[in-house]
Amino acid sequence: MKSLGNIRRSFTPWADPQSKPYISFKNVTKKFGDFTAVDDLTLNIYHREFFALLGASGCGKSTLLRMLAGFERPTSGEIILDGQDIAGIPPYKRPVNMMFQSYALFPHMTVERNIAFGLRQDGMPKAQISERVAQMLKLVKLEQFAQRKPQQLSGGQRQRVALARSLAKRPKVLLLDEPLGALDKKLREETQFELMDLQQQLGLTFVVVTHDQEEAMTMADRIAVMSHGKVVQVATPAEIYEAPNSRFVADFIGDVNILEGKVKSADNGRVEIASDDFTVRTLSDARQSAGSSAAFAIRPEKLRISRTAPADPSVNASQGEIWDIGYLGDMTVLHVRLPSGKVVKTSMLNAQREVENPIGYDEKVWVSFAETAGVVLRD
Amino acid sequence: MTKLGSAIFRRLVIIVPYAWLLFFFLIPFVIVFRISLSTTAIAQPPYVPVFSLADGLAGTMEKIRQLSFDNFTWLAEDALYYTAYLSSLKIATVSTLLTLLIAYPIAYGMAQAPRTLRPTLLMLVILPFWTSFLIRVYSWIAILKPEGLLNQFLLAIGVIHEPLIILNTNWAIYIGIVYSYLPFMVLPIYSALEKMDHSLIEAAQDLGCPPITAFWKVTFPLSVPGVIAGCMLVFIPAVGEFVIPDLLGGSQTLMIGKTLWTEFNSNRDWPVSAAVATVLLLILVVPIVFFQNIQAKADEQGK
Ligand SMILES: Nc1ncnc2c1ncn2[C@@H]1O[C@H](COP(=O)(O)OP(=O)(O)OP(=O)(O)O)[C@@H](O)[C@H]1O
Ligand SMILES: [Mg+2]
Repeated sequence: MKSLGNIRRSFTPWADPQSKPYISFKNVTKKFGDFTAVDDLTLNIYHREFFALLGASGCGKSTLLRMLAGFERPTSGEIILDGQDIAGIPPYKRPVNMMFQSYALFPHMTVERNIAFGLRQDGMPKAQISERVAQMLKLVKLEQFAQRKPQQLSGGQRQRVALARSLAKRPKVLLLDEPLGALDKKLREETQFELMDLQQQLGLTFVVVTHDQEEAMTMADRIAVMSHGKVVQVATPAEIYEAPNSRFVADFIGDVNILEGKVKSADNGRVEIASDDFTVRTLSDARQSAGSSAAFAIRPEKLRISRTAPADPSVNASQGEIWDIGYLGDMTVLHVRLPSGKVVKTSMLNAQREVENPIGYDEKVWVSFAETAGVVLRD
Repeated sequence: MTKLGSAIFRRLVIIVPYAWLLFFFLIPFVIVFRISLSTTAIAQPPYVPVFSLADGLAGTMEKIRQLSFDNFTWLAEDALYYTAYLSSLKIATVSTLLTLLIAYPIAYGMAQAPRTLRPTLLMLVILPFWTSFLIRVYSWIAILKPEGLLNQFLLAIGVIHEPLIILNTNWAIYIGIVYSYLPFMVLPIYSALEKMDHSLIEAAQDLGCPPITAFWKVTFPLSVPGVIAGCMLVFIPAVGEFVIPDLLGGSQTLMIGKTLWTEFNSNRDWPVSAAVATVLLLILVVPIVFFQNIQAKADEQGK
């Protein structure tokens, strides 16, 4: 899992109590009839942040963006943009541009005219418009399609036109609803980095909706995981991945093994959980009482596989049997069946795998992990 | 077997419209055109020459030589026809524009109405067709005449003190045409507007257009095909309209449909009325074909 989003700069305004959020959702609820699409949601987004919304289909991501763009009115709650309540401001006066999930390209205009639409509306001088349009066309690699109409483009090309059109005005806040979903992997990765560069250079605030967690991890400063109209966790990609706060987030982002059990003892941040195959010894600041049930989440790559028992007896370890092997090129996924019958997923980079004598099917192995390798889930 | 069957079926499907045009347009047109080249006569039918299979080759050639364009020269020389054509075109143009002005907001409102209400609205637009066209035009006489409903109403509420003279003027014709042809304008515009994706308007607003600008830059251009179809459906029959000018118009109103009727029924001059009809057809068909050619070229260029 790449997480370049974090190493590219040190940018953590959310950790600073002095800094003021640029966009604030305050107890925002949106109902369609008696269906609640966004449910009492509170969220802060900071100036120049690259913010990603992640969540299953229908959880209210587009609705959230549409409220920010001004196409839906919150049923209750308020949205603050740059210190101002935007409830009364119509969409065409908001310093916000949106890339629509359905692209919404103007079918009667060429690609070029589509991209220039907002600039012409603002009365930008002609020469400047054509310069900006050319720049946008270059960004989305559609230079030779400038004179085509949208219906003469492929799905991915249309998506790029929509992206270019929303970027052209360089709004203070750019809302991107699934901006790269229709692109192939290579083009998508290239565009991801170009978007990040652009956002950095122009100092814009991006709010991006995506289904693709890897994309969110790559691009975003912070990710909000949404479920049924609520934000479940907002954190940096690394935190979301390493320390999911709930079973939902752990499950939603990446692969995870969840070990269920009962708390045996808990004191001073040290917790012992008795699960079927392991006695999990780990650290947790969540208050657990002995006897309550608990779930421990651990990522596949944090599980170690060895032929011999780990030397250190304090390490969490269990015996098991190789159940399935999946070769993925850069890494190998091993499914290990534990004595209780539970199958855990582990993965290891092929660079580390013993090529001479790789672990094979049905082999007896030890599965172990360090104290700090996983987290105790809160719910 | 099925492949052959479907190939034949496809041919048949293409043949149907052509066969229709051949039998109900081209052949009648050839007959009318041929009559327009004849000379009037007191006979049955009232023109010469009349072709017959018994003529033989030489006889047919002789009769063909008798055909002439004299009737067309006649049309060109007599200012009556010329003014009648012009006045028909003018009345049709004005009433088409009036119809468009009224129909567009109706169609727009229908397309904006809640989805569940739209079939009902559509039904209401089509509803007048359930009564005879003639009856509907007649009832306008009762409304528009000096002692009619409209004048009574306006006098009663005190807007006017003298009855308005509307009946037997061009205004009555405009009202009649607009009323009668409104559905033909509303329906194509509605269907163009209804197809339109609402997110396009949102996109335009998002990019800085106030609603009115968004309408002119996005909604209206996208409804142009519907507007053109509606205008043709109104303009073409309006040019040749006979019933409405005859019932609602005055004696001084000159329209080509009325002229044709007089030539045909009162003067029993079939060749001249055939020539009038032929010229009318040319006036209508040539601009349409020309326009469609441009349209097709524009589509081609886009590709
Ligand atoms: N105009 C509307 N009327 C009624 N229900 C709506 C409307 N718009 C959205 N919804 C409902 O609100 C919920 C959230 O919709 P939304 O479009 O925000 O989902 P999403 O998270 O963007 O999903 P996806 O990832 O599939 O785009 C959905 O269940 C949807 O059916
Ligand atoms: Mg969506």
